[in-house]
Formats: sequence, C-alpha cells, structure tokens
Amino acid sequence: MAPESQAQIKRIAEDFGKDNIIVILGASDIEGAEIAAETLTTGDPSFAGPLAGVSLGLPVYHILEPEVKAGIPEEIYEHEVGLASMILDTEEIGRKFKVIRANKRS
Amino acid sequence: MFKGKNVIIVGERDGVPGPSITKCLQAAGANILYTTTECFV
Repeated sequence: MAPESQAQIKRIAEDFGKDNIIVILGASDIEGAEIAAETLTTGDPSFAGPLAGVSLGLPVYHILEPEVKAGIPEEIYEHEVGLASMILDTEEIGRKFKVIRANKRS
Repeated sequence: MFKGKNVIIVGERDGVPGPSITKCLQAAGANILYTTTECFV
C-alpha cells in the first residue's frame, strides 16, 4: 500500500478511534488484498511505510464479499461493481476475508 | 450493515476503483472518511 495512503489512514484512525472505522478494499487479486488487509490490521509487512510496526486492528472487508454486496442497494452495486464481480471469485474472497477478520480478533 | 458507519476505502485501478466503492457505500448510508485508488503497475 502506498506510503501516502498509510499515513492518511494512520492519522484518521488516531482522530476517529480505530474502534469506529471499517475499511473496504477493491483489490483485483486476492494476494494483493491480503497484503493490504495485513497492513491495516497488524502493520505494513514490508516495513517500508508509516504503518510498519503499527497494529491498527481495523476490520477489513472486500467490496466483492457477498455480505458487503448484501448491504448495498442492488442497482448501484451492479452499476459500479458488476463487471468485477463477474470476473473474480467472490465466494473465495468472502471466505478469505472472514479468516482475516477472525485472525485479527484472536 | 453500513448505515452511519465510518468507512475508509482503498480501491484499486485494475480492480474496483475508490470512487466506485464510494458510490456504493454512500448509497448504503456510510460516512466516508477517506478514499484512495491504489495502482500497482
């Protein structure tokens, strides 16, 4: 994740309190999404950005998860995200992110 | 699920860009704190 984004998110988490924020990702590959999720929960795994060694512990979701889709008006979701949801394995993304969130809590 | 929640959006240029996710979450009633679109090229 870009250092500028890490810096902004770190500042926002400090201002609003990390218990009051959720994160939604839109990465196209599951590996990239997992790295972004790790950065925002346990810290930057590359130790290159402002979140190196910083455990924000934010709950991270992916826009393509079925439970996220269920919370968004259908017409808008299909218009904005429909194409990506046809290309990527949304069920697998849902399973992986449930594991990521469960690990964050443990 | 998202009504009144504070949300940070990290989209991706080759996946789902930040502005598209923002429209979805705004429609769901979320409070958008920050939106970015990452590019890994």
